[in-house]
Amino acid sequence: MLKINNLTKRFGGLAAVNNVSIEFEANKINAIIGPNGAGKSTFFNLVAGAMAPTEGSIEYQGMDITGMACDRIARLGIARTFQTTSLFDESTVLDNLIVGHRLRTQSRLWDVIINSKRLRDEEKKCRSRAQEVLDFVGLSHIGHRITADISQEEKKRVAFALALATDPELVLLDEPAGGINPEETENLASLIRKMVEHGVTVCLIEHKMDMIMSLADKIMVLDHGEKIAEGTPEQIRNNPVVIEAYLGSDDDAAA
Amino acid sequence: MNALQKISDFFMTPAMKLIMIVAALLFPFVAGNEYQIYVMALAFVWAIAVYGMNIITGLCGQLNLAHGGFFAIGAYTLAILTVDHGWPFWWAFVAAGVSGALLGFLAGVVSLRLKEHYFAIFTLCVGFIIYLLIDKWEELTHGALGIINIPAPSGFGLVDFTETTPFYYLALVFMVLSIWLAARIANSLLGRSFRAIRISDELAASLGINLMRNKVLAFVLSTTYASVAGALYAGMVRFIGPAEADVVHTFDMITFLLVGGIGTLMGPLFGTLAITWLTQSLQFLEEYRMIVFGPLLVVLVIFFPRGVVGTFLTWRGRRLAAVQETAKKESASEKKPQPNKAVTPRNQEAGNHA
Repeated sequence: MLKINNLTKRFGGLAAVNNVSIEFEANKINAIIGPNGAGKSTFFNLVAGAMAPTEGSIEYQGMDITGMACDRIARLGIARTFQTTSLFDESTVLDNLIVGHRLRTQSRLWDVIINSKRLRDEEKKCRSRAQEVLDFVGLSHIGHRITADISQEEKKRVAFALALATDPELVLLDEPAGGINPEETENLASLIRKMVEHGVTVCLIEHKMDMIMSLADKIMVLDHGEKIAEGTPEQIRNNPVVIEAYLGSDDDAAA
Repeated sequence: MNALQKISDFFMTPAMKLIMIVAALLFPFVAGNEYQIYVMALAFVWAIAVYGMNIITGLCGQLNLAHGGFFAIGAYTLAILTVDHGWPFWWAFVAAGVSGALLGFLAGVVSLRLKEHYFAIFTLCVGFIIYLLIDKWEELTHGALGIINIPAPSGFGLVDFTETTPFYYLALVFMVLSIWLAARIANSLLGRSFRAIRISDELAASLGINLMRNKVLAFVLSTTYASVAGALYAGMVRFIGPAEADVVHTFDMITFLLVGGIGTLMGPLFGTLAITWLTQSLQFLEEYRMIVFGPLLVVLVIFFPRGVVGTFLTWRGRRLAAVQETAKKESASEKKPQPNKAVTPRNQEAGNHA
């Protein structure tokens, strides 16, 4: 599905992502973990096209997408959510989601001026897609609420729905469980599983280890921009290099 | 539903639009004197430009400080073509719109490479460059002397637009057209793309929205609005000078937007009319009227950051959500929960962008 070859991103002398190669399989939950500043978000930005890599290549479904613009990558089927959920606060929840399907439509200024049939059809399509994804994330009961008034967890779900409205095949989730309580985290994890059951591949960054260990099929560990480990939750849990990165080695403790 | 709710619902109905149009049509008959009609017509012309600013700044979130400059470009294109080159008014009028669009495209392609404050500062400079060009390029613009004897819009022998009242109706027609187009844009998928960019560039791009293309389109739309308004202004005032490109006009328009409600449909009109008439009624204070204006604006920005119209719409949106909530609870207690159709989403959405 997604094949990363020797991906490197340097900011001046600092390599935020350094020579990372990995392959993510379709229909799996792939997690990226690592201490703060390990380069996880930069890695996501590279895959989503928000920044171009210094070296290396990214292959998505056999197509080279290295350095492609963000909006083109989104049209190819890679969607993402952000650490901080930004939505249009003054609109209703449903209203926020309609734009999510815009990339699958063709209407231009001229269609708007003459109110063409194409525009009307496409607006209907976007609206019904918004309703679908709202149902999917289990929020159809709050579609009419003003977005500023909904809870943090609901906002996270709306962000998921917005990503899903683009009809993605791969979804990148940047700390989906940040700032929500354990019970809500569990609910969000089942939503992520549900997404995978419906044929979406998920790739997520997360700090909550319990969630990752029970959720992920494959985990990649980044530290100082480098991939230090890769494997199943079980393998990662017992990997001494990973333990050292997180807890510090015995030498450090002695010093 | 109480009386307040009923009144607020009425504001959103087509009947309200009709009442506003009828009121505007009748205004010249009830106005005390010709001067009031003139002030109103001038306010309509400015409102058209403010609607343009609302597209790039209100919908798309890019603070364009060259807007007054494009207003002047429209005015000067019309004046130069009619006075110096003898073009008929309406041909020059179309040319003014086209020049606003073309120059807007060029300025937009360059300036929209910048974001946020940098974009605002850059466009402030663009506006100042426009002012300098108008002031110094004497062969083309007559420099500081300005251009006099600009013809009024041609009425094709049917109406005389040198008279105030006919011009008032002309300005009204153009303003209604501007609002109509602005509404079409704001409520369409295109407007939604613009608003997504306003939330955040990153988010919009991740939703597959081409940032540059959409921003340039919004910018060109706004400069076209500005130059059409400028051309109408030249045809109304019949004398223009470099002062039309003064940055003060841009900040006036921002004030109109803030007072009315940035990003809303009726905000630009409300803000323009309210401030224009407030200024008129405070004429007796002369320069001291800023003492009244300043605190008023501060209070407004602190307590109603979304302007008068924006605050109304948010309040109404909350009411609608609450009404749906109670309706849902009632139906749930009666039988199985079912989707509530009493207030359709369509209705509510109109509330959000009206």
